[in-house]
Amino acid sequence: MTATTTAPRTPAASSPAPPPARRARRGSVGGGLLTTLTWILALGFFFPVAWMAMTAFKQENQASSDPPTWFFSPTLDQFRAVVGESGAYVANSAIATGVSTVLVLLLGIPAAYALSIRPVEKVSDVLFFFISTKMLPVVAVIVPIYVIAGQLKVLDNVWTLVVLYTAMNLPIAVWMMRSFFQEVPAEVLEAAAVDGAGLMKTLRAVLIPMVAPGIAATALICVIFAWNEFFFALNLTASRAATVPIFIVSTMTSEGLFLAQLCAAALLASLPVILAGWIAQKQLVRGLSMGAIK
Amino acid sequence: MTAVTAQAGNLRRAQAQRAARADRHEYPRAERWRRRGPLLPALIFTIVVTQIPFLVTIWYSLHSRNLLRPDSDIFVGLSNYLDIARDSVFRQTALNSVIITLGCVLVAMVLGIVLAILLDRPFRGRGVARTLLITPFLIMPVASSVLWSMAMLNPTYGLFNWTLGLVGIDPVDWTSTYPIVAILMALVWQWTPFMMLLVLAGLQAQPKDVLEAAAMDGAGWWRTFGSITLPQLRRYVELGVLLGIIYVVNTFDQIYLMTAGGPGTASANLPFYIYQRAFLGFDVGQAAAMGVVVVIATIIVASAALRLIFRSFDVKERA
Repeated sequence: MTATTTAPRTPAASSPAPPPARRARRGSVGGGLLTTLTWILALGFFFPVAWMAMTAFKQENQASSDPPTWFFSPTLDQFRAVVGESGAYVANSAIATGVSTVLVLLLGIPAAYALSIRPVEKVSDVLFFFISTKMLPVVAVIVPIYVIAGQLKVLDNVWTLVVLYTAMNLPIAVWMMRSFFQEVPAEVLEAAAVDGAGLMKTLRAVLIPMVAPGIAATALICVIFAWNEFFFALNLTASRAATVPIFIVSTMTSEGLFLAQLCAAALLASLPVILAGWIAQKQLVRGLSMGAIK
Repeated sequence: MTAVTAQAGNLRRAQAQRAARADRHEYPRAERWRRRGPLLPALIFTIVVTQIPFLVTIWYSLHSRNLLRPDSDIFVGLSNYLDIARDSVFRQTALNSVIITLGCVLVAMVLGIVLAILLDRPFRGRGVARTLLITPFLIMPVASSVLWSMAMLNPTYGLFNWTLGLVGIDPVDWTSTYPIVAILMALVWQWTPFMMLLVLAGLQAQPKDVLEAAAMDGAGWWRTFGSITLPQLRRYVELGVLLGIIYVVNTFDQIYLMTAGGPGTASANLPFYIYQRAFLGFDVGQAAAMGVVVVIATIIVASAALRLIFRSFDVKERA
């Protein structure tokens, strides 16, 4: 690394060459090496995913062979088995993820509005409160939640997950949506007010369309976290409300070593989030930083 | 979008004024409540779902209570807390939490910075390389735990040992011999893309004219990096470390699936240990008291961290 980056630049630093020449020289030898290094690292990081995908297309004896099997005729057997068994889990995950995301947006967008466009008193205290709930470790509240859910007879109920996932994602959504609302120019709001538009009208006709990309980014983050959530699902569901991560674990423990099928399940389970993340890379950064990075 | 950001400065000032006015109680009572209206559903929901269980946790922590016998509820004062002070496993798992969290966040940050710098240069197929690099972060954590513990690190057919074998290193049973290292491999793999994305955003937010001026003045790469890029990156790195700690300290999936905290409790962190006490040991009082201790520790760390967020971003005026 050190050798490749310094070597071509030392002459440029000692004698101030005009920038275009320097850039051209950088593009040749050192640049080529850096590009190669980048690709090696990128492929290296991606490799476990590729290996998981490869294994999913193998027969079981090829999946756990020593030495590893690199060439094989692909089969869809594992995917067939996984799709056949996982229907109920996918339905539960879809409900828990979809409904909680809609609820988060319904609660979070007005709250963000009240923290940016027409602010309440003590905005920063409220923001502080929301974010602090994200910092409380989930393990500290799992026991009461388990006991209360038991008393309310909502254990192993997908709607319990909906409520918890809504609470889990709401602070992120409030922070994110607030950062999008803050980008709405004051002139636009004033114009709407002059036109005599009420609160609901302003929201619907002016604000929501302007922050639509922000709503999409917020929804993406909520979907990722809810879809991947494991801890609540593990402790609060059994047979009826179990979600996709639980399906993967059950494949692992109940049937012993079925690596190829496990990889097929893991791949299919990850696929929605992988595709969404690939498509929305820009929004991902903003969402992960809770709106702090534009 | 550019027009919007250009106006954002004016706007933020206007909003700061509006907020200041609200803080000084300049609005009449009716107006204050009209403003609070849209906030209340979210606020009340969050308080009910997150704060009430926590109050119950405090209540439980003062009782001896067994999950299997809900009626066996005796007030024991602070004895659960005294037990924690004497519990060497608690101290060990607390230490493991620190090692796993800081190890993951720091290694992921260093790798993330390197990758971000590499990705900041223009080259053919850069978008594809970035897409490949962010993928580990998008894999479901349960799936990546399984992938690492079985396909990669299994002692007999795992790919990692096979690769080591190519250079003559004997197979290692990673998850039982070096359980924390094994967990860190999976965690660093998952969190490096996150750090990379944040740092890359920082690199790309550098003012282009300053970089060009530096190049005109004949500043070399290291010089430019040291005196322009690093200061600019600082708040992005701080934010990445901070958010990384918040997320990683709660790691459960990888530990549950890769080592089950073992061998013994060698690789258990606090979330996993509390989970064990509550759902495998059924000892609600003990688990609740540990939860309270963890929350107090978190509040201490987090309030320092939050001040940092508030200072660097958004709430106060940005530079």
